[in-house]
Amino acid sequence: MSAGTAKLNVTVAEVKPINDLVTRFKFIRTDGGELPTFSGGAHTVVEMQDDGFTRLNPYSLMSDPADRDAYMISVRRDDQGRGGSKFMHSKVAEGLEMVISNPVNLFSLDLRAKKHLMIAGGIGITPFMAQMQQLAATNGHFELHYSVRTASLGSYAEQLSERFPNRVNIYHDDLGQAIDLENLLIGQPLGTHIYICGPKGMIDWVRGKAAALGWPREAIHYEEFLAPASGKPFEVRLAISNKTIQVGENQSLLEALEANDVDAPYLCRGGACGQCETAVVECDGELIHRDHWLSDEQHRAGKLIMPCVSRFDGKTLVLDR
Amino acid sequence: MSKTDFPLSIDSRPVYGVFEMRAGKHHLMIADAEGAEALLDLATAAPADLWAKTHIIYIPKTTGKKYLGKLQALSPDQFYAGPSYEAAKQRIADTFSKAHMGLQVYLAGTEGLMGQAMYAATSAGIPHTAIQTEHRGSTARRMQCVHCKGITEDVTHDPFICSHCGLNLFVRDHYSRRMAAFQGVCIDAEDPGNVPKSVGLFK
Repeated sequence: MSAGTAKLNVTVAEVKPINDLVTRFKFIRTDGGELPTFSGGAHTVVEMQDDGFTRLNPYSLMSDPADRDAYMISVRRDDQGRGGSKFMHSKVAEGLEMVISNPVNLFSLDLRAKKHLMIAGGIGITPFMAQMQQLAATNGHFELHYSVRTASLGSYAEQLSERFPNRVNIYHDDLGQAIDLENLLIGQPLGTHIYICGPKGMIDWVRGKAAALGWPREAIHYEEFLAPASGKPFEVRLAISNKTIQVGENQSLLEALEANDVDAPYLCRGGACGQCETAVVECDGELIHRDHWLSDEQHRAGKLIMPCVSRFDGKTLVLDR
Repeated sequence: MSKTDFPLSIDSRPVYGVFEMRAGKHHLMIADAEGAEALLDLATAAPADLWAKTHIIYIPKTTGKKYLGKLQALSPDQFYAGPSYEAAKQRIADTFSKAHMGLQVYLAGTEGLMGQAMYAATSAGIPHTAIQTEHRGSTARRMQCVHCKGITEDVTHDPFICSHCGLNLFVRDHYSRRMAAFQGVCIDAEDPGNVPKSVGLFK
């Protein structure tokens, strides 16, 4: 299959619980060779063979980008999710052979920045782990503001504070600590870029505040992977492949395409990168857009759909795929 | 009238816009000559509290005292008028070095002024797409001789003679953001002395 990027055969070298919700996985190449280098902010798509069903979930690489011996990811268990994180937590053990994608970076540092201001919420810390190691190695100027629910659920907070005592600021929700965003933003020197990874509410909060304070759009970077939501099953007609396929309740349209051997492009599988953009040939019903790739206008026009996260409700949907 | 419609050209050639108000706690406006009109036009639409947050750096050039009174009447937080961009350079560099994110930059007037201030602003870390420009006044060009690298200011004719090395230079639309100058290329290199008649293209 040519969709996505080249694949890597890896073996799970370590499974380490970090706290009640988060577990860290270490992958090495099954053939013993070196892994490709990557840049901080990159993710890999992990293939999970779950009971005859293939799940493909993207996870940010959190290990040192210069370390080619192993990749590390951290997975937060989501009991309300569709099962990917539960699979990682319950079925993946040391020694298991898995397939992951080459790294793809949709959240890279803008190295023209004079300073990198990172704002993380919860498991959103992972891409910054790699970025901070990259910047530390290249003498970059950065500062992290990391919001966690409690000290015990603050993955890597202690370790980061120890390594970068003057650069890392931790905020504990249960102690009523919160980022003083307005003053933080007002005080940043010219040439600062801001990076946000965390819950949607946090991303919207920071983007909104920064825009109101006159920050240029080009200096604001964020990563928000959406997990595909479940929804009503629906039928899709594929004009090029000449197939009619069913999209199940807990399946995304992209997954249904793949399950039917239709070669559909993708990179992020989370509505962010634009790679899977597909033209709508005919639509009698309502497209349920959930991506943040297409503009509001494009959503209204209904000529395009992002199969990784969006769905359909109605009589007929024909896609150019 | 101080406005010019520039013909479409190659991608390298800068294009300019019309100022709009943007959110921000601090505003830096750098203008020369008729560029003052762009600031005064902005003043008709801007909220009254804008000027208390604004630093104006103005180089009158040949307009003398014509706009000075009107600009000062806006009561900006800081106002500087000086003889040349070179003279204002220290002040501009100092302003950027002390500035914070959210600073809005407005450049108005000739291409030479806007180009040089644009380079200072982007070097300070502002993305070039976030800097507003509005062309007013002279279309004379700041030219770099690609042979001796010398800069000739306020070029109005094409071809022209490099003020540094004396070559006959053809005025290109090829622009260098780093030099803030259009590129001048020797027009009679193949056949020395065979130089087309110089035409006044820019005013």
